[in-house]
Amino acid sequence: MQKNHLFQKKKISIKIYINKTMKSRNLKFTKAINEAMILSMKKERKVICYGLGVDDPKRIFNTTNNLKEIFGSKRVFDVPASENALTGIGIGSSLNGLRPVMVHQRLDFFLYAMDQLINGAAKWSYIFGGTSSLPLTIRLIIGRGWGQGPTHSQSLQSLFLHIPGLKIVMPSNSYQAKGLLNAAIFDNNPVLYLEHRWLHNTYSHVPKKFYKLALDQPQIIKKGKDITIVGMGYMTNESIIADKILRSHGIQSEIIDMCVMSPLNLTKVFNSVKKTRNLLVLDTSTSICSLSSEILSQTYRSCFGYLKSKPEILALPHVPQPTSFGLTKNFYNDYTDIIKKVKKILKINKTIKFKNNKRIFHDVPDSNFKGPF
Amino acid sequence: MKNINKNNLKKILYKMLLIRETDLQISKRYSENEMRCPTHLSIGQECVPSVVGTFTKKKDLCVSSHRSHAHYLGKGGSLKKFISELYGKSTGCSKGRGGSMHLTDPSVGFVGSTAIVSNSIPVGVGLSLSSKILGKKQVTIIYLGDASIEEGVFFESLNFAIVKKIPVIFVCENNFYSVYSPLSVRQPVNRKIYKMVKACHIKSYKKNGNHTHEVISAFLKAKNFVEKNKKPVFLEFQTYRWFEHCGPNLDDHLKYRNPKELLYWKKNDPIKILENYLIKKKWINSNSVQNMRNSITNKIDLAFKYAKKSPFPKKEDLYKNLYK
Repeated sequence: MQKNHLFQKKKISIKIYINKTMKSRNLKFTKAINEAMILSMKKERKVICYGLGVDDPKRIFNTTNNLKEIFGSKRVFDVPASENALTGIGIGSSLNGLRPVMVHQRLDFFLYAMDQLINGAAKWSYIFGGTSSLPLTIRLIIGRGWGQGPTHSQSLQSLFLHIPGLKIVMPSNSYQAKGLLNAAIFDNNPVLYLEHRWLHNTYSHVPKKFYKLALDQPQIIKKGKDITIVGMGYMTNESIIADKILRSHGIQSEIIDMCVMSPLNLTKVFNSVKKTRNLLVLDTSTSICSLSSEILSQTYRSCFGYLKSKPEILALPHVPQPTSFGLTKNFYNDYTDIIKKVKKILKINKTIKFKNNKRIFHDVPDSNFKGPF
Repeated sequence: MKNINKNNLKKILYKMLLIRETDLQISKRYSENEMRCPTHLSIGQECVPSVVGTFTKKKDLCVSSHRSHAHYLGKGGSLKKFISELYGKSTGCSKGRGGSMHLTDPSVGFVGSTAIVSNSIPVGVGLSLSSKILGKKQVTIIYLGDASIEEGVFFESLNFAIVKKIPVIFVCENNFYSVYSPLSVRQPVNRKIYKMVKACHIKSYKKNGNHTHEVISAFLKAKNFVEKNKKPVFLEFQTYRWFEHCGPNLDDHLKYRNPKELLYWKKNDPIKILENYLIKKKWINSNSVQNMRNSITNKIDLAFKYAKKSPFPKKEDLYKNLYK
C-alpha cells in the first residue's frame, strides 16, 4: 500500500452540518481565523491581540492580516520574546477587563509559560472562589513536516488536558476554526486554541457572519453504523479521506472530532460506540497518558458489554519527532494506516485499493506548502 | 510634604498595628491546629504596605506573593474574610480554596496574592496594561521580594513594562533572606538591587522600608511619576521579618541570621519609630495608642470568633468555580 496524499492540488472540502439559512462559502482555514479575529474585535473593543509577529510582514501565516490596520497598534501589537510573562500579562489584563488573544507561532515556545498557565490561569477562578473571570485565549500552532523536528512540532494537548480549569479546543476545519475562536474569545475562562499547521491550507464552508460554537463537547462529523472513529485536529481530516474510501466498500464510519477536548465530555462517543460496537481512536501525538488512551479507557468502562472488538489507538511512536526526511517517512499516520486499522478491527480480509495519486513528498501537506516553516 | 500630616500618619499607625496584632494573634493561635495551611507572617514588615494602602484608592490595584497578610490588610482587605480563609471556611475571602497564600478582596483592589515566587509580577503588569488600553485611571502596585528578582519572569515583566510604558509601581521589599538563604549566596555581594534594575532603563530607588516618612516620600514620588509620565517605577525598601519564613514561631535558635542583625532591625521597629514620632509631636499620647490597640484587639477577636463559627465549604461545593 503506497502512502499518497489527497491534499495535493485539489482543495479538500468538508461538508459540515451548518444552518442552511446562513450565507456561507468555501473558506481557507487561515482566512477563517482571520475573519473570526476581525469580527470579534469589531464586536468588542476589549478584544486585543498580541504575540511575536502578529503585525510583522508574514502575519502569523496570514491569520492576523489587517488587524493592526483596522484596529490600531494599541490593540494589536508585537511583543518581547517573553512567553511566561506574556501569559501572566494576559491573565492580569483579562482580570481587569480585556479579552486578550495571545498568539504563539509554535506550541513548543509556549512551554516557557507553564508556571503562568498551570499555577495561574488554570486555577484563578477556582482558588479565589470564582470571584473574577479570566477571558484569555491562547492560540498555539502545532507544526509538522519539513524537518520541524523535536521542538517545533509537539502536539501536547494531552499534557494540557491533565490540568483542571482550562478549556481546550482543537479545530479540524475552517468552520470550526472560526466558530471556536469566536467562542474562545467570548468565553470567560482561559482557552487554549490548538491549531495544526497542516490544516492552514484546507477549506470548508464557513458562514460569513459572526457565530460561536459551543465549548462543551466533541462534534459528530460523519454518521455511520460500522465503526466509531474518534479523531482530533489534522487526523480527523485523514479519517474523512479513509471513510470515503471505506464507504465505497460498504463500510461506514461514524467520525467524531474532539474539537472541544476540555472540558472532556465523551457522551457522544459512548452513544456512538453503543451503536457501532467498534472503536478506533486517532491521536496527533503519542498515546502514553494521552487523550486517546483516556478516550479508550473511559469508553471501555462505559461501553464494556457493547464492544464487539478490541478497541484500537493510532498514534505516533513514543520518541521525540525526528528532523530527518528519512526518519519522518513512516512516522506519521495517514488515511492508509486508518484503513488498515479499520480492516483489522472489523476483521475484513478483502483488498481495499486506492486510486493511485501522483506521489508527492511525505513531509508536506500539499504542493503549496513550502519550507522553511 | 503636605501628605505627611497628622491624619495620614495616624491612619498608617492604625494599619501597622492592625497588621502586627493580627499576625501576633495568628502566631498565638496557630498551635490550636485549626489554621491548617502554611502561613507567612509579616511581623516587622508592616510599614510599606500601610503606607501604600493609605495613599492608594480602592480602584488602584495590587498583587502580591506568599507573604501577603500585610499587603492585603494594608489595602483594606476584609479582616473577617481573611481570618476565615486561614481557617479554611466558606466565609473566607477565597471561599477556603486558597488559604494564607491566596488572598483576594476585589472590593478594595487587592486582586490576589499567589504562592509561587514572582508568579504575580506579570499579572500586575497585565492589570496595568488593561488600565492603559481601556483608559482607566488607576495605578497597579506589584509587591515582590528580594528573591523575586532572581526569577526570569521578573526581567520579562520589567522589560515589558518599560518597553510598553506600563504605569505600574514595582515595590520590592528586600528582607535579605529567601527562606534560610541569605542574599550573599543568591546575588553578587556588592550589587544593589535597585541599581541593577535601574540599568534596565527604569526609574529606580532605594529607601529604608521601616521608616514611615521615607516610605511615604518615596512612594508618593513614585506614584506621581507614574501618573504623570505613564511609565513604570521600581522601589526597593529594605526591611526585615522577625519570625520564621513560614510558620508561627521565632527561629533564632537556627542561627542562620546574625543575632546582632535581628537586634538592629528590632530596634528599628517601624511601629515604634512612628509611635515615638507622633508622641513627640503630641499628635497622640500613650492613652490614645492604647485605645487604638484595644479597638484593634476587639476587632481581631471578633474576626477569629466569626471564622471559628463559620461553616466549612460543603462537600458538594468541591466542583464549583472550576470555570467561571
